[in-house]
Formats: sequence, C-alpha cells, structure tokens
Amino acid sequence: MQTVDMQQLKAGEVNLGTSIMAVQFKDGVVIGADSRTTTGSYIANRVTDKLTHVHDRIYCCRSGSAADTQAVADIVHYHLQILTQQSGSAPTVATAANVFQKLCYQNKDGLMAGIIVAGWDKEIGPSVYNIPLGGGLFRQPWAIGGSGSTYVYGYCDATFKDGWGKEETINFVKNTLALAMSRDGSSGGVIRMCVITEEGVERLFVPGNELPKFWEGEEVLGKPTKIIPESPAAPMEVEA
Amino acid sequence: MAATSAYNSPGFDFSNTYRNQFLADRGVPLPKATSTGTTIVGCLFKDGIVLGADTRATEGPIVADKNCEKIHFISDNIRCCGAGTAADTEFTTALISSNIEMHALTTGRKPRVVTAMTMLKQMLFRYQGNIGAALVLGGVDITGPQLFTIHPHGSTDKLPYVTMGSGSLAAMAIFESQWKPDMEREEALHLVTLAISAGIFNDLGSGSNVDACVITASGTEMLRNFVKPNERVEKERRYVFRRGTTAIKEEKVRRWVVDEEEVTPVGGEEMDTS
Repeated sequence: MQTVDMQQLKAGEVNLGTSIMAVQFKDGVVIGADSRTTTGSYIANRVTDKLTHVHDRIYCCRSGSAADTQAVADIVHYHLQILTQQSGSAPTVATAANVFQKLCYQNKDGLMAGIIVAGWDKEIGPSVYNIPLGGGLFRQPWAIGGSGSTYVYGYCDATFKDGWGKEETINFVKNTLALAMSRDGSSGGVIRMCVITEEGVERLFVPGNELPKFWEGEEVLGKPTKIIPESPAAPMEVEA
Repeated sequence: MAATSAYNSPGFDFSNTYRNQFLADRGVPLPKATSTGTTIVGCLFKDGIVLGADTRATEGPIVADKNCEKIHFISDNIRCCGAGTAADTEFTTALISSNIEMHALTTGRKPRVVTAMTMLKQMLFRYQGNIGAALVLGGVDITGPQLFTIHPHGSTDKLPYVTMGSGSLAAMAIFESQWKPDMEREEALHLVTLAISAGIFNDLGSGSNVDACVITASGTEMLRNFVKPNERVEKERRYVFRRGTTAIKEEKVRRWVVDEEEVTPVGGEEMDTS
C-alpha cells in the first residue's frame, strides 16, 4: 500500500501561513505575530490572534495548522493549570516549553505545528524557546517562525543586539514583522504584540495602515502621482 | 470448497481498506455524500446574534432538497448553522446538543456558547477532518452574545461577523462593505438577509430561501423561510392535451377477470381413524 501523503490528507485545511517572533530583553520578552489565517487563497480571518495565553506569564506564538496548534495550546494550558494546582506555584517557561515539546515530538507524524514559547518566570527571568516542525526544543535570545520568517533571517542577524530595553525590542519586533509581511503573501493584516514582564502582560496593536514602511520601489515605479486622502470607503455607485 | 470460518476475530475489520485503496488507485471515484453547498452566516449586533442560512442541499449537480433546514438546535440560547457534508453537520450538532443538555443538567446552569464550541472543536479535531462539518455557532449566555466559526479540522475563530460554505465569499463581501458595530436588531437582520441573498444569487451551490434566527438575552426567534425570493409562479400555459387529440384507430376490449366458481364438498373431509 502507498504511504499516506500528509499534504494530500489535509487538503483544505486552515493554515496559519505566518510570521511570528519572540525576543527576550532585560526585564521580559516581546512576542509578535501577523494576523492572517488562510484556506488556500482565501483569507479565513484577517484579524487572528496568534499570541495564545497558556499561563499568567507564559504565551506561545502559533504557526502551521490552525487546528493542530489550537489543540496543542489547549492541552498545554490544561497541563499547566494542573501543574500549578499540584505545585502551588507558577510553572517556569522551561516547564511549559517542555510540555509543548513532548506533545510536538511524540505526535510529529500527525501534527503541523511550529511553536515559539516565551514568557517570564521567577527562576530565570525572561526566556524564549523555539519548537520547530520536527519537535526539537531550542532556547534562543530571539526566535522567528512561520512562512514569512525565511525572508527576514538576514535582517534579524544584522540588527539584533544584546542588552536592548523594552522600546528598542518592541521596534525590532515591529519592523521585522512588517518586513516579513510585505514579502510573504501568506502573512499580512495587522501586527499583534505582547510585552511579558514580571509586572504583567501588555498587549500592543499596529493597524494595517500604520505598519512601518521600507523600500517600496519608488526608484522603479516613480513616486505616486496622486495621494488619496484618508476617508471612509464610500459605497460604489452602480447603475439601477 | 473451503468452509467459511465460523470464528470472528475481535476488533475492527480492515479488510475492505485494501480493496478500496486498490480501487482508488485504479481511478474508481469514491461515492459522494450529500453536501450542502451552502451559504451560512452569523452577525453580532447590539444585543444579540443573528444567524442566517440558505435552504439548498445538493448532490453533485443535482438539487437534492429545495427547502432544507441548516440552522440546527443546540440549546434554547444556542443555535448552529452547518455547511459541508449534510449528514455530518446533522449528527454532530445533534450529538453536541444532547451533550450540552446533559452538561446543563449536571451543572444546573444555563449552557455557554464556549462550552458547545469546545465540545465541537475537540470532536472535529479527534476525527482529523474526516467529519466534514463547517459550522457557524452563535448564541447568548451569561457572558453576553458569542459568535464562532468551526472548521472541519477543528480550528475555531471568534469574530463579530462570519460566513461559511461555498457562498461564503459572496456573503463576506456584503459584511465587509456594510457591517458596523452596535447595529439594531432590524438592521442586523436585514444585513444577514442581504448576505444570504448574495450567496443564493451568486453561488451555484446555494439557492432557494433565506432562513434566519435571532438570539437575544430575552429569547430565540427562528424565522424559517424569512424571505422567499425564488417562489414558483403559476404556469402561463397549460400543457394538458384536449380529449380526442389522438385519433382512435381500433378498439379492443378484453375481459381480464376470470370468473371463479367455488364448490364446497358436502360433509367435508372425514377423519382418519385407522
């Protein structure tokens, strides 16, 4: 009998063709993601929240199959709740990442999930863990993931520096994601970000029309001849 | 000839999978299930949810049912629209409806929409997309109005306006251009009607009538066949031939009933006493 082809088996699946990112800094971590969810060429959700809560100070960024990553995140959320009740204290980011890794590795044949786990804990402070498709587990100072990440590895390598503060880290995440979203067709929409520190979780939002702009081909295409003033879209006039 | 074994091995019988794989490899198409090529929508408004659906069910190119119901009952305050395989949407919603009732009875509380959503997504995820149910789940609970979409693989989205099925693109075009926050009931109902109509008229898989359902904290109102834009008009001509249109060339009458005569023997049969 033929081997089962995963791509064939899951045709029509909802995908998070994504750009996701997490960066640690002195006081915490900044995580970010685009907001596009696609089924083939159709955008099933243009304002998706891919930054998923799994504990008070631990979040994950999801990429791959929407169904798989939601299911894995729900299971990890459940395990962390049990763990908290049993130990009487908040779990570490490492613990959460290990639970994720166990699920992703043991079910690697049936899953399409690339997850970045990030957060803050009492033992080691801020940390970022990357769990790519095969189910490995890697602690990194910064991590990018999803289909859009391939376009911005060079930018991250050239830009990232140790010892940044909160604002610099937020700008790094915002710029990286904007660049990834502009090159990757499966990423786009708005940028959602979270700053996780000991104090709490702060949610940030960048609308699609306020994304940072980079090279947009003015040398090739010329400057826009007419700037359309910002006004609410009016309904189209159609013949009766 | 070898006798068939009377022993039945325990567990599932997978023998047909080899045959089916063989046939599929030879290019034999798999049998098709009735699919509701559908337009279903949901829309949030000031104090509740409006759900909408068309009423066409298709079997390939054939319209199998011209006025089917696609808004399924989950509980008094929760309803669910189904697109995809008709049997799958019918039975998954019926099963979850039953489980929600049991859950409400054990907890002694009114069921929540997230509970139904979680039950549905966990079931659909377990079946890895083999249950072809694409759902729009809406309702009002203690936390307020809630609206979700659930895809066949078990992923969910929470949005203020949602569409699903083959007509979802036509319906979404209406929502994207006309939806606004905090609409009144009448306004939302009108918008849902427009969205479903867009599906009915622009999508081949959708058609017939508009079903709608308004759910608020004060109750649920099912508006079956809310708009009927495709009513059959009376035929302009009669296609009945007048008596005598065909000339009679010959007439032959035959008797098919055979007359039977029943003869009852006098005295009946005698008992054998030997």
